[in-house]
Amino acid sequence: MSARDKLPALDNGVLRFLTAGSVDDGKSTLIGRLLYDTKAVLTDQLAALHKTSAKRGTALDLSLLTDGLTAEREQGITIDIAYRYFATARRKFIIADAPGHEQYTRNMVTAASTAQLAVLLVDARHGVVTQTRRHATLAHLLGIRNLVVAVNKMDLVDFDETVYARIVTDFREFARRTGIDDAGIRYVPMSALGGNMVVDRSVDGEDRLAWYSGPTLLEILETTPVGVGTARAGFRFPVQYVSRPSGDAGRGYMGRVESGSVRVGDRVIVLPSGRTTTVRSIATFDGSRDEAHANDTVTVTLADEVDIARGDMLAKATEPAEVARQVEATLCWLDERPLDVRRTYIMRQATREVRARVTRLDHLWNVSTQAREPAPHALAMNDIGQASVTLASPVVADKYDDAPATGSFILIDEATNGTVAAGMIR
Amino acid sequence: MSTVLDAPSEARALAAPADVDHLAWLESEAIYILREVAGQCANPALLFSGGKDSLVLLRLAEKAFRPTRFPFPLLHIDTGHNFPEVIAFRDARAAELGERLIVRSVEDSIAQGRVVLKDPDESRNPHQSVTLLDAIAEFELDACIGGARRDEEKARAKERVFSFRDAFGQWDPRNQRPELWNLYNARVHKGEHVRVFPISNWTELDVWQYIERERLEVPSIYYAHTRPIVRRRGALVPVTHLTPPRDGESVERVSVRFRTVGDIPCTAPVASDAANAREIIIETAAATITERGATRLDDQTNDASMELRKKAGYF
Repeated sequence: MSARDKLPALDNGVLRFLTAGSVDDGKSTLIGRLLYDTKAVLTDQLAALHKTSAKRGTALDLSLLTDGLTAEREQGITIDIAYRYFATARRKFIIADAPGHEQYTRNMVTAASTAQLAVLLVDARHGVVTQTRRHATLAHLLGIRNLVVAVNKMDLVDFDETVYARIVTDFREFARRTGIDDAGIRYVPMSALGGNMVVDRSVDGEDRLAWYSGPTLLEILETTPVGVGTARAGFRFPVQYVSRPSGDAGRGYMGRVESGSVRVGDRVIVLPSGRTTTVRSIATFDGSRDEAHANDTVTVTLADEVDIARGDMLAKATEPAEVARQVEATLCWLDERPLDVRRTYIMRQATREVRARVTRLDHLWNVSTQAREPAPHALAMNDIGQASVTLASPVVADKYDDAPATGSFILIDEATNGTVAAGMIR
Repeated sequence: MSTVLDAPSEARALAAPADVDHLAWLESEAIYILREVAGQCANPALLFSGGKDSLVLLRLAEKAFRPTRFPFPLLHIDTGHNFPEVIAFRDARAAELGERLIVRSVEDSIAQGRVVLKDPDESRNPHQSVTLLDAIAEFELDACIGGARRDEEKARAKERVFSFRDAFGQWDPRNQRPELWNLYNARVHKGEHVRVFPISNWTELDVWQYIERERLEVPSIYYAHTRPIVRRRGALVPVTHLTPPRDGESVERVSVRFRTVGDIPCTAPVASDAANAREIIIETAAATITERGATRLDDQTNDASMELRKKAGYF
């Protein structure tokens, strides 16, 4: 890959993906391989890599590229998600590298919340195991529609096609049982250690996976469509900040279109108050526009003086959203201090903050067995439960599956200001 | 709405992306983050050094807030060892934008006895932390926006976009707030603050592509110029009053550019003929050495130097 190949020519934007698997599955080696073979690893990092590999008496160990903090090296663990970057001529990539063992749910949920694709690593020797199902379930729960099952360590099973075929069959069966759409799943056999089928098909001209005719992992990553603004909800514009320009110009409502689109002259409804008005202008630093689409950060002015503050949301009057003071949600508990149903938390949904209490726990999700378990009294760290959340004032109750940006929320503990839970409105 | 918004320059219109290309995606994310700071924080400041990353931040702040003024002042922690071209550029840019620039200097911290140097000419880079934390206390800042990027260094790869600092300004990598979706949590108690990194997800290449697309001016020393240097431990060391040649070193005049423009005693240039952003983009895409590896003499000392500095309140 030459220098020019790294400059986005066909700019397919950004793909954010996560890698799930344990160190034993070769996850660090896979990420190291992607970075190394796309020439994202530079000489000084490589020199450090050679030095450390030599010190440990190993061959060039690509997994060291993702080695993190001192505390982690000392204890041989990964304590947190790391973000890695590389680019090819087609796309920029952001990898969320979530540790497999430690607090896997908390880390995996966090990584999955911003990912459009998940690479699930399967060790060819062990096949689909509990951890694979757990990671797939979490990715599915967080609404990731693109899964890549990367059957790694094919070198250790002599690149045997039947081993790969069995794993594909097993995963298909699991996906069918769990309700994961088969259309979004891709399978690829590989050896991250040797470099087969990650970036290049073959190593040193020898194609040990010649029986596999599909794309390499990188080709999948480069070509998977991940359109921005695929949300099924209508126009949603959470107000982030209100500007008051000097002179007679009206107030500007700053924010980002999270779903749908809007045009100057459209009738809009302010939620949750329900007042309606008309879009007078859509401004950006680069000039005013007739319309704004998902992902556009703009400043909107309105025809009428309406009382609007940060936390309010604009929707089209013709496609209004449901507003509610109670929502049913999947809650992932992230904090060491368990959920206390007697306490009030702060719910942050888009730009809105309201006081919230968890008034009912329906059931727990066992992500290892995909089974529902009876209603618990509380949620501990890494627990995922179905809950009713009652709010001090109404919010727009978009379903997460229709509109991830407005259907998601976090709970904040006022005593510590910590983010203690992630929620998805179902 | 205003003349600023109604009359885009032709250059900007031409540069406007047709679709969500990667720069448009990064820009939108950064504008969103800046507006979250404005919406959530009572008393933020934007750290502005005159360097390329902070110049990108200023353009993003214009995109986020114009035609109104920025809802925060600019703050520079001056080590007293900065390149004069960069300081001049810093002042000119702040004046051009009409935004308030606060400068606090490590020299003053030394004079007050808050910073004690082992050697008068040593790098003042790590000592910035003291001056920065003092400024945060002085102005009661609850948020500092900075231009750090996760691709710079491995200790940064794990840092949040909104990164919590305790009352001592410390970063605790083991106890970071989970950061999900676009839901950033900037809440702090009095005396604590957050550091906010709107361009966390940008790489050095992205920064230069953005500088080119936006036609941003940067200090002249980012582009190739001829300068006296000596070669030391594989790096090119600029010959300055702070970094004179040592015995036995021969001074050469070489065409170089700086990839970062920090504290003089710890900033090295790279050999280059790149005279504009486009040529730098091509060089960056072909680069075989990381930005910090090439240019930061202070990070060569210890595998974990950045991590240690960050825990102590460093940017």
